[in-house]
Amino acid sequence: MNLIKTRLRTGHERTQLYLALALLAIGLVAPFVAYPMLLMKMLCFALFACAFNLLLGFVGLLSFGHAAFLATGGYITGYLLSRYTGLTPELGILAGTLAATLLGLIFGLLAIRRQGIYFAMITLALAQMTYFVFLQAPFTGGENGLHGLQRGKLFGLIELNNDLSMYYLVLAVFVFGFLLIRRTVQSPFGQVLRAIRENEPRAISLGYNVDAYKLLAFVLSAGLAGLAGATKTVVFQFATLTDAHWHMSGEVILMTLLGGVGTLLGPLLGSSLVVWLHHVLGGSALGNWISVILGVIFVLCVLMFRDGIVGYIQKFIKRNLR
Amino acid sequence: MIFDIPASVLFGQLTLGLINGAFYALLSLGLAIIFGLLKVINFAHGAQYMLGAFVALLLLRHFGIDYWTALLLVPVLVGLFGAALERFLLRPIANENHLYSLLLTFGLALIIQGLFTNLYGTSGNSYPIPEVFRGALNLGFMYLPTYRAWVVVAALVACFLAWFVIEKTRLGSYLRAGTENPKLMQGFGINMPFLVTMTYGFGVALAAFAGVLAAPLYSVSPGMGANLLIVVFAVVVIGGMGSIVGAVITGLAMGLIEGLTKVFYPQGASTVIFLVMALVLLIKPHGLFGKEP
Repeated sequence: MNLIKTRLRTGHERTQLYLALALLAIGLVAPFVAYPMLLMKMLCFALFACAFNLLLGFVGLLSFGHAAFLATGGYITGYLLSRYTGLTPELGILAGTLAATLLGLIFGLLAIRRQGIYFAMITLALAQMTYFVFLQAPFTGGENGLHGLQRGKLFGLIELNNDLSMYYLVLAVFVFGFLLIRRTVQSPFGQVLRAIRENEPRAISLGYNVDAYKLLAFVLSAGLAGLAGATKTVVFQFATLTDAHWHMSGEVILMTLLGGVGTLLGPLLGSSLVVWLHHVLGGSALGNWISVILGVIFVLCVLMFRDGIVGYIQKFIKRNLR
Repeated sequence: MIFDIPASVLFGQLTLGLINGAFYALLSLGLAIIFGLLKVINFAHGAQYMLGAFVALLLLRHFGIDYWTALLLVPVLVGLFGAALERFLLRPIANENHLYSLLLTFGLALIIQGLFTNLYGTSGNSYPIPEVFRGALNLGFMYLPTYRAWVVVAALVACFLAWFVIEKTRLGSYLRAGTENPKLMQGFGINMPFLVTMTYGFGVALAAFAGVLAAPLYSVSPGMGANLLIVVFAVVVIGGMGSIVGAVITGLAMGLIEGLTKVFYPQGASTVIFLVMALVLLIKPHGLFGKEP
């Protein structure tokens, strides 16, 4: 019995390894097949959605304000790169990520004081405040945002104006973020997070400092969302208010929900689909209907497809292997 | 002159603040009533408020239905629409995690707002002020446009009526009991699913009523409810959803604070309520009128 279990586990792990290698191979080959800018957008949003999912999927906290971290990462990086021309992009990205992490610490300290629906409302309100700050602050370019940024040279050596090298940097950033999240949720720390999600009072009674765990998860999620925003700014060479708008906070929820809340690969799939949808519809006659279409997908997902695509596949495999 | 600010400017901004506060009060009241029974935060509340204003505008344009009729008819129409949403979309997932219901209402808000943006564009449409309310009242220290005075009065009367129905009538006692223990109420032979549907419809009707009131005041546009709703969320967090009186007082107070900020530090007017929210969370996390769990 024990032997079978071990073999199953290793079998499971082997499948995971193959899947990871296959995905990595796709990631490495993709820019030769598809439009690199679209792929980079997908990867940036995938990291954003993965960071968001860390909070919703593994701690059960629904943040309605993650756009604030995406935008903070983007704006700080954008501002520094435009202000200090000698700054290398990786330092800009690092600074943007740190700024978002710090903002996450402040928001987290406030928001974790309440649970459930209140948590969602508080994060939404704080993010809206951030939106107005970016709208009015002197360094953000107001309604226009920051434009014409230079990608520069990575470590002062690698020219990022070449889309291919830019793409591999974005891929590396994504893989780093993804592995960090994977390591986090599979660690004992992640086990405690899941315990909080399933039954918070019990986690408290077991002696865990629940608030500290939630805060740390929140800060980590905010920091990774900031990393996504900072990277996105370097790729597209602009930072705008779109990233700070509540629509963006809603969209990352949709990406995660569509792909599968609480699965590792769900957000990657969901965000790629949503970005692709934007890409396809954006140029077509249906361009103005994106908001309605996303709303309909939202409603359908909630009514009939709560597990998301990856969640559904996982359930299907489990059922048929039994 | 007070603090080097002309009195007319100060009082002007304070009345504007009072009007905004009246809308915050009406909308947060509707949210609180819905939350009490359904445990759902209605993210479509802003879209339903916009719907109220738009339906009033369209009724006037296409059927010549005047302001007074609209003030009664539109909340009923939009309220029924809300009841249908509850019955056919929210009820099937009522037993799932409440976050799903929240996401559903968010999706509905996207759909409603998107539809109206496509049909009528993003720009504002003006709704004429009813004949009776054109002109202004001379208060001695300032002129108060009559319609603005009416909005504050009407909003407060609506809040009072809602309070009266919930606290002083039999229907209201069902509602309060249902908030405490829905299963027991069902056991007593009260048709709880119906009560839930009606409650959601009633909350939506309040939002639509606010929308009709707002139509002559602000320009009627598809986006008019979305940003307002986020401020109302902050108001709800500040006040806590414990009491109706609390919601009204918090709503008015936040409107006045916003108005004052506009006078003394205009750049901060859009953020001040969120800052108050942060402060309240630090000092009294369950809100000024909220109950400790």
